[in-house]
Amino acid sequence: MKTAAAGRARGTPLKSGALQQILAFASLIVLVLFFSAASSNFFQFDNIVGILLSTAVTGVLALGSTFVIVTGGIDLSVGTVMTLSSVMTGVFIVGMGLPVPIGIAGGILTGAVCGLLSGLSIAKMNIPPFIATLAMMMIAKGLALVISGTKPIYFTSVKGFSDIALSSVIPGLNIPNAVLIFFAAALLGGLLLTKTIVGRYNFALGSNEEATRLSGVNVDFWKVVIYTITGIFTGIAGIIMASRLNSAQPALGAGYELEAIAAVVIGGTSLSGGKGTILGTVIGALIMSVLTNGLRIMSVPQEWQTVVVGIVIMLAVYTDMMRRRKK
Amino acid sequence: MDQTLVSMDNITKDFPGVRALDGCRFELRKGEVHALVGENGAGKSTLMKVLTGVYRKDAGRIVYDGNEVDIPDTRTAQKLGISIIHQELNLAKDLTAAQNIFLGREPRRGLMLDERKLNEQAARLFERLGIELDPRVKIAELTVANQQMVEIAKALSFDAKVLIMDEPTAALSEAEIGSLFRIIGQLKAEGVGIVYISHRMDELKKITDRITVMRDGAYIDTVATAETPIERIIAMMVGRELYHASGPAQTGKNGEIVLEVRHLNRGKQLKDVGFTLRKGEIVGFAGLVGAGRTEVARAIFGADPIDSGDIYVHGRKVRIRNPYDAVREGIGYLSEDRKQFGCLVDMDVKTNIALPSMRSFVGGLGWMNDRRIGDVSAQIVERLCVKTPGTGQLVKFLSGGNQQKVIIGKWLVRDCDIFIFDEPTRGIDVGAKGEIYELLDELAAQGKAILMISSELPEVLRLSHRIIVMCEGAITGELRREEATQENIMQYATRRIG
Repeated sequence: MKTAAAGRARGTPLKSGALQQILAFASLIVLVLFFSAASSNFFQFDNIVGILLSTAVTGVLALGSTFVIVTGGIDLSVGTVMTLSSVMTGVFIVGMGLPVPIGIAGGILTGAVCGLLSGLSIAKMNIPPFIATLAMMMIAKGLALVISGTKPIYFTSVKGFSDIALSSVIPGLNIPNAVLIFFAAALLGGLLLTKTIVGRYNFALGSNEEATRLSGVNVDFWKVVIYTITGIFTGIAGIIMASRLNSAQPALGAGYELEAIAAVVIGGTSLSGGKGTILGTVIGALIMSVLTNGLRIMSVPQEWQTVVVGIVIMLAVYTDMMRRRKK
Repeated sequence: MDQTLVSMDNITKDFPGVRALDGCRFELRKGEVHALVGENGAGKSTLMKVLTGVYRKDAGRIVYDGNEVDIPDTRTAQKLGISIIHQELNLAKDLTAAQNIFLGREPRRGLMLDERKLNEQAARLFERLGIELDPRVKIAELTVANQQMVEIAKALSFDAKVLIMDEPTAALSEAEIGSLFRIIGQLKAEGVGIVYISHRMDELKKITDRITVMRDGAYIDTVATAETPIERIIAMMVGRELYHASGPAQTGKNGEIVLEVRHLNRGKQLKDVGFTLRKGEIVGFAGLVGAGRTEVARAIFGADPIDSGDIYVHGRKVRIRNPYDAVREGIGYLSEDRKQFGCLVDMDVKTNIALPSMRSFVGGLGWMNDRRIGDVSAQIVERLCVKTPGTGQLVKFLSGGNQQKVIIGKWLVRDCDIFIFDEPTRGIDVGAKGEIYELLDELAAQGKAILMISSELPEVLRLSHRIIVMCEGAITGELRREEATQENIMQYATRRIG
C-alpha cells in the first residue's frame, strides 16, 4: 500500500485543489452552455458584462475570505464591514469634503482596521474566529448605522465618483472598472497566496496550527496579518459597492459574507483549512452570478433562484467530500 | 484437548499495486498471550484487521473455535467474541465509564435508561478485573491507563474470547504497565486468548508465551518466548542486530556549555529543574511517564509558560516566551507526537523542511524563492537519506522514520545547534531506529548539543553521554554513561524527593 501511495506523488500543496478547480470550471462552462442554449439573450456582450459586474462585489469579498478560510478560520464580518467602509468613504468625501483618493484610502483603511481588530481578538484573546468575527459583524453593522444616522450618504455631488466602478479605463472596450478591479484584486490575491511568505504561513496554519507554532513561526502575528488582508479586500469591495450605487447604504451588506463564503467553498477551498486557491474562488463567484443571471433570464422567480444556489452549494461541497474520502 | 482458539492459514490480502499479506499464518490458543511483532509495514495490523473484519481476506482460511468462519465486517467479529483495543482509544470523552462500556446496549426500564443497573453492571465488570474505578466518572477525567481499563472492560462485556491489544503500553507509566499486566494475567486465567502487538522487547519477554514474527507481509516464524533471546527475535524482524555495542562516541565532555537551565519551576510539574548541556553532547532524560521530562522540553522551547527559572544559551541569559523566541536562539524541538506537533502531514516534504526558515527563502520583491526551497530540501533529503519519491511528496505518505528525518532536516536548515528530541524513535520501526540513532550520533559529532528524552532504557544507554533521571517533576539523579545501568536509572526514577 505504501508504494501505491508513494506512486501518487502529487505537486505542491498549492496545486492540490486542482481537481476540484477543474470540476468547478467545467460546471461553469456547462452552465454557460446551458443558459446560452436556453435563451438567446444570455450569451450577449452586455449580459456577460452585467454578470461580471454583479460578480465584482461578492467576488472581491470572496477573495479576501479565501485567506482566512485557508487558515481554517472564517470571517463573518465582511458583509457589514464592507458597508462600514463605504459609509466611512461617504463621511470622508461627502461629510468632510476630503479629496476622493483620500476618501478611498480611508474606506480601505476602515476595512483593514476592522480586520486587524478581528485578528487581534482571535490571536491575542483566543476567541474562536466564528465568534470574534460575529461580534465584529454586529459592531460594524451598528457603527455603519450610527455614523450615517441610518440614512444613505449620496455621492451625487461628487463628480466622477460613480466612474470608479462603472466607467472604463480601457478606451473602446466597454468593460467597467469594477470588473477590472475584481480581476486585478484576484491577481494580487493569487500572488499573495502562492508566492509570498504570508501565503506559505497561510497554508501552514490551516494545515496544522500547533505544529506551525512549534516550528517557530510567530502564528499570532501572522493571523493578525491575514485577517487584516481580508479586511483590505473587504474595504475595496466597499468602495466598489459605494461607487456602483453612487451612495453608501448603511442598511445593505449583511448576508454578503455568506455569499462570499459560498463562492469560496464552491471554488474548492476547504472550510477545514490548508487547501484552496484564488482561481477557484474566482470561478466559484462566477458560478454564483451566472446561475442567478441565467435563472433570471429564464424567468425563474427570485425565490427559486435562491433555492437553486443552495442546492449548488450542497453539490459542490458533496463532490469535494467524496473526492477526499476516496483518497 | 485442542486448545486452539483461532487459526489463520495462508491469509493473503492485496491492495492496489501491493500485496500486503502473502500467505500468512497465525495461531492463538486459549489462555495464551501471543505477541505479534514486525517492523511497521510488516503486515501486523493488516492481519489483525482481517481477523476483526475491517478488511476481507482475498485468500486463506480462518478457523475459530473449531469452525471455519467468514468475517465480513466488524460486527461479525464482535459477535464471535473478537475484540480489539486500538492504540488510540475509542471512547466518548464526555460520557461516564459505565455509559461507554454499554454504549448502544444500555439497560432500560420502559422508555427510561436504567442508570443504576448500568453502573452496577459496570462495577461488576471492574470487580472481575480487579480494577478500582468508579463507573460514574467521566472518561475525560480518567488517566490514559484507566481509559484503557475501561476499553478492556468494554471488550469483556461483549464476552470477548480473543482480545487484540495494539501497543497497549505506549502511553503508560511503569506502575500502570504493572497493573495492565496483572489484568492480562487475570484474562489469561479465564481462558481469553490475547494478541499482543508491541515494539517493546522487554515487555514481550515479561508477558507473552509465544511470539510470531512477520516481515514484509509474510510469516517468518512462531517461537516460544522463554526459549528465544531478544536478539534473535529482532534479527528475525530486520535481519540484523540493533543495539550494537559501539555506543556514543566519546565527545562532548569538555565542550563549551551551550544550554544551561536553572531553577525551572512550573506548578507541580517542574520542581527546581536545573542542568547543563554541552556542545557535541547527548544528554538523555530518563524517567517514568509523567516524570516531567516532556514538560522540561516544552518549557525550554517556550511551548508552555513557566512560573520561574532562567535559561542561558551560550552563556547569555535569554527570555523565551514562545517557540518563536526559542527557535531564534537556535533551539529545535522534535515532539514525541510527530503527526500532531511535529510536521504538517498534509503538506509536502519541502514545505515542511523550509517552514522554520521561511523568512530566509524570501527573495527580491518579497516573492518566495521556490527553486532554492526545492534545492535545499533536496539536499536534506539526500544527506539524511529520507526515503521519498521527491520533495513534492506529502509527508503523510512517509513512514514514521522518514517523517522524523524530515523534522530533523527542518531544524538543520534553520541552523539550530540545540536539539531537543522527545522520544525520537516512538512509533518508528526497528530498522529505521538504527538509522535515527546513527543520525543522532552524527549530529553530536558535528557539535550539536542534544537533549534526548526516551522511555526506552536501552535507547537511553545506547545514545547518551550523560543521563539525567527525573521523578515527579524533579531531577533525582545524574549518571555518567560508564556508571549507568538500567537498574540504577530505575532506582533514581522511582526515588521521590520531598
